[in-house]
Amino acid sequence: MVKNLLAAAAVFLLLGAAAYASFFIAPTDVKQGLIYRILFLHVPSAWTGLTAFFISFVANLLYVWRRQPRWDWLGISAAEVGLAFTTVVLVTGPIWAHPVWGIWWTWSPRLTSTFVLWLLYVSYVLLRTLLEEPDRRALLSALFGIFAFIDVPLVFGSIRWWRDQHPQPVVMGEPGSGLDPIMYKVLFFSWFAMMALMTLLIRQRYRLEAMRSDLETMQHELEAA
Amino acid sequence: MKNLDSVFAAYMAAWAIFFVYYITVARRASALRGDIERLKNSASRGK
Repeated sequence: MVKNLLAAAAVFLLLGAAAYASFFIAPTDVKQGLIYRILFLHVPSAWTGLTAFFISFVANLLYVWRRQPRWDWLGISAAEVGLAFTTVVLVTGPIWAHPVWGIWWTWSPRLTSTFVLWLLYVSYVLLRTLLEEPDRRALLSALFGIFAFIDVPLVFGSIRWWRDQHPQPVVMGEPGSGLDPIMYKVLFFSWFAMMALMTLLIRQRYRLEAMRSDLETMQHELEAA
Repeated sequence: MKNLDSVFAAYMAAWAIFFVYYITVARRASALRGDIERLKNSASRGK
């Protein structure tokens, strides 16, 4: 319990430091002014969400291969946490877009593929609530999770492969693209803070899934007795 | 300080989403712990 509280406090401090750096250390953008500072929240949330979906994808593959419940627990835990981060991306994106583009939303490849990704993982989470039998639930949701991950490369490549209103990538983009060195440092520090938050949330969610499994086993044993 | 309200709204929304999710997981865990305790008690009474 004390260890959990200490971990949560450390993550809270890291997030606070990232917010401070975003507002007071990163220089102001000449073109966009203050509004660009949403970048330090929006982009790290997107990267962290995709990382969580990758963890879920690997866990789902391992479940299909090994059939060990712990991979099922990790799969759903990482997917749900990835969904929280992608929700942040879908909320902060329009708040940033409105003053800059003059519109809240457009059905461009990056925005559409991100929204489809969110819908796919909402379906993944809902699918599990419809299936009662643990082994069947784990296998079917693992297969669906592997299918849902197909959209992740599309999200990554959408602004590289197609014309898009969304800004070009700030990392691994075309020559001449990118950020000021201090902005890069703040961006990567913010990502580090978000990854720490992701790790904390996945750990919490994993413990919840392990407890649910214990409860199901106990109920099964009581019914059999 | 143009668009300060938008930046503030984005940060508040993000923190609210993470906080609500964290609380949801904690509440679900607490409810499960209660269910496990109840089952253990009913199992020990049945012996």
